Amino acid sequence: MATDVGRLTRVQGLTRRYGERLILDHLDLEIAPGEFVALLGRSGSGKSTLLRALAGLDDDVAGDGLVEVPAQVSVVFQDARLLPWQRVLDNVVLGLDGGERRGRESLAEVGLGGRERAWPSELSGGEQQRVALARSLVREPRLLLADEPFGALDALTRIKMHGLLRRLVERHRPAVLLVTHDVDEAIALADRVLVLDSGRIAAERRLGPGSTDIRTDLLLALGVTGEGA
Amino acid sequence: MTLVTARPVAPARVRSRRRRLRPRRPIRFGFLVGPALLLAFWAGGSASGLLDPRFLSPPWTVVTTAGELVASGRLQEHLLASVQRVGLGLAIGVPLGTLLALVSGLSRWGEAVIDGPIQIKRAIPALAMMPLLILWLGIGEVMKVTVITLGVLVPIYIHTHNGLRGIDSRYVELAETVDLRRGTFVRKVILPGAQPGFLLGMRFAVMTAWLYLVVAELINSTTGIGYMMDLARTYGQTDVILVGIVLYGLLGLFSDAAVRLVERRALSWRRTLAG
Repeated sequence: MATDVGRLTRVQGLTRRYGERLILDHLDLEIAPGEFVALLGRSGSGKSTLLRALAGLDDDVAGDGLVEVPAQVSVVFQDARLLPWQRVLDNVVLGLDGGERRGRESLAEVGLGGRERAWPSELSGGEQQRVALARSLVREPRLLLADEPFGALDALTRIKMHGLLRRLVERHRPAVLLVTHDVDEAIALADRVLVLDSGRIAAERRLGPGSTDIRTDLLLALGVTGEGA
Repeated sequence: MTLVTARPVAPARVRSRRRRLRPRRPIRFGFLVGPALLLAFWAGGSASGLLDPRFLSPPWTVVTTAGELVASGRLQEHLLASVQRVGLGLAIGVPLGTLLALVSGLSRWGEAVIDGPIQIKRAIPALAMMPLLILWLGIGEVMKVTVITLGVLVPIYIHTHNGLRGIDSRYVELAETVDLRRGTFVRKVILPGAQPGFLLGMRFAVMTAWLYLVVAELINSTTGIGYMMDLARTYGQTDVILVGIVLYGLLGLFSDAAVRLVERRALSWRRTLAG
């Protein structure tokens, strides 16, 4: 499709190594525009390395391969990463010229209208992460990279955040790569779930109606059997 | 049935209170106790005749002398000259120190060029620089302001640079992901991030400024508090010397309080964190 030029996310033969250790091993991945992909993996499986490669944050890492991403990429980190000396609205529109109106709208979208003048330290963890979401979405990304964005939140807040993220993604339609170690989170949110193991994609499941045993499948791919599943 | 009356057992003494190792609650106006004691000894010594007024004038003489100096306008004149020197030295030294810290903190080449000389300057006492500065710049205002500027520059540089290098690298990474331009990056991330360090440097800088002012004014001056004190030494007027000492102390104290006030305002984002 002609409209896909510059909107597709494609990784081919991506290799990354830290010293002697091979983190990503000739990895191939394609994410369609608007597709929500969850990336599961155990600690050290290379999830974050892949995300950082897509975010262009790995200048100093050795490796090769092709990475093709849309022009506008936003990143949400595990920590909200708000500048503590900037008020909430200034954090949202950081680096955007005259984006104040859009910033306010974006804050209202994540349910924080009226908190524009607050300092980040005055917000709860969940609220801070919502500001981080607003900061990502106000830039209208074609690809949203999220590195365990809800990992530091309590279970209840996390469920609320799932709903919020789903609504926001439906409205803005970015492609999403969500890195997580939570199988249920992956199933709840994604169109497609990948399991990364030893720098390669070890399993891939497309989610849709009738996908019942996926949870067990995925847990198996993550090396969890019996009780844990 | 025999009734066994249980003898009340003395309960083992419960150690309800732990040994207290923390200092107790702060004393109100505690910081005044030491100076007040000092003043009391001074007054007592003077009144009882233990302190020879030729060596140390009694406190009341110092107060009346200060009054006379104010009435004659001499004190204001000297104070103005001193404040002007300090103000000028700060006005030049602070931006210069900040600029050097920025260049040195943001570029490896800048650091390679700037950091060494400043560390060397830091190790050289102000008095050791004086002969050379007098040879180069004479004994006029330029020399005095230069001495203060050079003194001020060092703490501003050291603390701003330190604050800048201490900025969390995660914020730098964030700036990269939102594609901040370099100018915006400096304005929104670097400067505010280095601000706590800068303000600490500022506190040292104002103190240093008054310190170096004394050094500059005691040598070949015709105005300023230092000159007034040096002149008093020639005539053996310990009361005037003491007025100068007290004045220096107060000026240092007030300027530090002013910087701390600015600090509280400027770092309000951090104060909310402290509760």
